[in-house]
Parts: sequence; C-alpha cells; structure tokens
Amino acid sequence: MDIAGKGVVITGASEGLGAALGHRLASAGAKVVLFARRGAPLEAVVEEIRRAGGQAWAVTGDIADKDAIYPLAATASELTGGVEVLVHNASTLGPTPLRLLLDSECEDLERVLQVNLVGPFRLSKALAAGMALRGRGLVLSVSSDAAVEAYPRWGAYGLSKAALDHLSRTFAAELADTGVRFLSVDPGEMDTAMHAAAMPEADRASLSRPAEVAEQIAAMLVQVDQLPSGSRVQAARFGARS
Amino acid sequence: MAPVAALVALLDPGDLLVVNDAATLPASLQIEGEALELRLLQRLQDGAWDAALLGAGDWRTPTEKRPEPRAVGVGERLSLVGGLTARIDAKSQEHPRRVRLVFDQVDAALWRGLYAGGRAVQYAHLNAPLLLWDVQTAFPGRPWATEAPSAGHALSWELLLALRRKGVGVARLTHGCGLSSTGEPKLDRALPVGERYEIPEETVDAIARAHASCRRVIAVGTSVVRALESWAQRGERAGWTTLRIGSAHALQVVDGILSGVHQEGESHHALLQAFAPAWLLARATEAAERAGFFNHEYGDLTLLLPARERCVSASRPRGRARRSRCPAAA
Repeated sequence: MDIAGKGVVITGASEGLGAALGHRLASAGAKVVLFARRGAPLEAVVEEIRRAGGQAWAVTGDIADKDAIYPLAATASELTGGVEVLVHNASTLGPTPLRLLLDSECEDLERVLQVNLVGPFRLSKALAAGMALRGRGLVLSVSSDAAVEAYPRWGAYGLSKAALDHLSRTFAAELADTGVRFLSVDPGEMDTAMHAAAMPEADRASLSRPAEVAEQIAAMLVQVDQLPSGSRVQAARFGARS
Repeated sequence: MAPVAALVALLDPGDLLVVNDAATLPASLQIEGEALELRLLQRLQDGAWDAALLGAGDWRTPTEKRPEPRAVGVGERLSLVGGLTARIDAKSQEHPRRVRLVFDQVDAALWRGLYAGGRAVQYAHLNAPLLLWDVQTAFPGRPWATEAPSAGHALSWELLLALRRKGVGVARLTHGCGLSSTGEPKLDRALPVGERYEIPEETVDAIARAHASCRRVIAVGTSVVRALESWAQRGERAGWTTLRIGSAHALQVVDGILSGVHQEGESHHALLQAFAPAWLLARATEAAERAGFFNHEYGDLTLLLPARERCVSASRPRGRARRSRCPAAA
C-alpha cells in the first residue's frame, strides 16, 4: 500500500505510538486525522506535523463515547476526502497498579471494554462500511502480547485485546472479498506512559521507542497486501530496532 | 409486496445498484438563548450555507404548525449552541426565512462546532427524537446530507453482500440531500435547492459496463437519480445541481429506482413519474396504503424496475461511452 494521499484516522494519537504513527504516516504523504480525549497535547502533535509539512487535523473525544463516533468518522471523511486506513490505537489499562481479576471492580472492566473493544467496533462500523463500498481499505488494531498470554493482573486489558483481535478476525471473515483488510499488530513492549504505569520497575532502555515501532508499522503497510486479512502480526517483523 | 431482501431475486447478475453514501449531518442548530432554529439546507460552492429559520418548537411540533421565526437582518451575527458563530450574509427576497449564512469557523473547527451543537433534523410523526446514529445509512461517508438519504436505510450489509455474491454490482456516489420541507409552503415549493454531488470514476466505469452489457442501473433513492441525470445533462461528475425531474424528463442513465412511497404533490413523487406514469403510481400507492405501508421518511419503499429484457438505446453523457443498442431478447 502506498500511503501517500490516503486518508488515515488514528485514535489515541496525543502521545506514544499514536502520535509517532501520525508523524510517520503524514511524512509519507498521508492525510491524517488524529483523535484523542485531551485537546492540548493532540493539537500540539498536529502543529508539529504541519510544521514538518504534513497534513493533519485534530478531533477530540472519548472513543468510549458512542456520541463521539460519527463526529469523528464524518469529520475525517470530509477533511480527507475518504478514510482508507483506520488505526485503533487508543487503549486503557484500567486502574493502576494493575489488579487481580477478583480484586477488580466490575465498572473498571466495563470501562476497559468500552475503550479497547466497543469503541473500535463502533468506529469500524462507521468507517469500514465506506471502505467496503469503495472496495479498498485497512483497519489496523494495535494489540498486545497480553491478548495471547494470560498474565496475572493484566486480566481486563488482556481479555479486551484478545477480544479486539477476534473482532478483527470476524470482520475479516464477514468482509472477505470486499477489498477491506483487517489486521492486528502487536507492537511489542514500548517506552510509553502506559507501560510505565503498568510496569514502573521496567528498564526503559530495554523498551522500543514509539517512533521505532511506528517505523516498523509503516514498513508493514508497504507490504500489507501480502498479509492475510484477519491475521495478527508482530511489528518487529518489519524492520530491526536501531 | 415483498421484503427488501427480495431485491436479490429481482435483480440480475450484471445489474448495478447505485447508492448515495452521504452521511447525514446534524443540520438543526439552535440560536443561543433564543427560541429560534436554523436548519441548514445545503453547503454552497463558496463555503457559505443556504439555511432556513424556524420559530419556536421542538421535534413534536410539525414544522408547518410552528410560529414564524423572528426577522433577522443582513449582517446580523448569530451565536449557536455548540460554540459556532456566524453572520447572515444575505436574505432571500422571495422567501424571508431563507438566509445565506457564513460561519466564522472553517475545517475541523467548523465540523467540531456542528457536531457539538447540532441535532439531526426531526420528524413529528415519529415516536421519539432521532439521534445521529438513527439517521445514517449502513455506509455513511462524507457528511453532505442535511436530511437523510432515507431509501438507503433499508439496505443492510447482509443484503449488499448477497447482491454482490449474485453478481449484482453495488456502486456509490455522494449527493448532499437537502431538506424536503421547512413548513413554509412557498419555500417548500422551491425545494430542493441546489445540491452538491460527486460521482467517482469507478462508478462511471461500472455504469458503462452495465450499459454495455444491456444491464440495468438502479438508483437507491431520488438523490441518486438527481446526481446521475445531472451528470448526463451537464457532463460533470461533480458539482451542484438544480435539476428537477418529472414526467417529461427522459432518463439517460438510470433505468430503475428503489425509493420511498411518496405522495402526490411532493417533488420526490414527481421524480418517480419519470419512471412510471402517474396512474400506475397512484394504483401502486393505493395498494400500498391498503396493505398498511407507510409513506413518509423512514417508511416503506417502492421499486420501479424495467422489464429484464428491456434494453434502451439512449444518448450518454458527454465524454462517456454510449450505450449500444442491444440485440433483441431471445
């Protein structure tokens, strides 16, 4: 896929991997619409992209809020002329320090599912349909090792990511032959605020930088047509860490 | 009388269904601190908006029963719920409620304000107010429609995928459906106003393929007919159209239509007369009413389809492949 000129929506884009991916794809010529709850840092990312010569717009809202979905989808479609790539990057761990499932509040699990699963479902529903009509598009879900490994205290997050992976596989099965591709990507462990909140004791030097992972995902997009829709891939496959 | 899923049996491989992928924007805006509503009719070529003012009332009150809105002056500034600000740039001499509006905000800020303060246009005959989710089709794209392209609401992805599996093409265009009614009779007679449309190259190609093989092009909704026939007349795939279609219009692109069950006197009903004579539509409407069908927005649908063996030779839009005369049906 040549990303140049394509409309891209990235959720959770005010920092970390979302912001880095916004920079990277805009530098390749994509028209990126960045979405996050916090307006000030999101606008700052957009300004940086524009100063570097890229095209970017900020839309603020909470991915867990049903009423935020069509404002995002419609605004992005209008500003870019049509969204061809959707990146579900926004996610939450739930309360930290992470807790055992038996110590988790039911409402905390519900919130994690709203952000990590229901929000992406709604946004996919709003944007993937247009892709299917056009006969082309990509929905990329940022997953986690916790989607396939059951780590104590990562229950809410892990099961939400496992469900997100399955959402991607199911969409892929239902929309096979429409030209729309659904993929999950495991970014590996990154030096982000979320990782620090989950594992404050981790050696940051051992973690990937978000910009490095964004580079790997950009490399993956170049050859995305060779990846089976519905598959789950490791970002690290697509370029060595520097 | 049949469920909409019967489309799969009624259409043939090679036929082409064209849908309007316009998302419906929240076109009903409230003026801050006043019982005054602003309804967007259409975005204009220069970025200004054609709009109509409505007096006090909410979704429960039919628009024709709402009081006159207060007079506004050219140059007057308006503050809208949601944070947008705008200036009355001009007023229609003929229709005092109709104004040309220029928002102070552009791009993402304009859309942020529209979605923050706007509401979907409502219908008093419904049981509850419509939310933004309620007025989108299953394939919403750019937010160009101020009133929902309602015929498309009947189409599910289950149906669209079944049609594709059968070999029926599904193509798209974007047409900014404007308001069908403001409640002011004189203004309503002038509707629809000029509407924006865009037909992708891939849809043009799909139409050419369907016509070349004597297959039918079926529009989902009157807006699709308006866009495609405007293209036929003007030779432009994108622009604003004021084309009004009635019984005298010779269809050049579209062969059939899936549309609402419209009532005589409505512009949409006049458009249907380009597909079928008034007496036939009247009989169909009578039969639909007897069967309990609903003839309003979000009601039931009419399918007007030429016979399968029909293959019309018609002039094509400028710059397009002309439909060849097809061999007689065996």
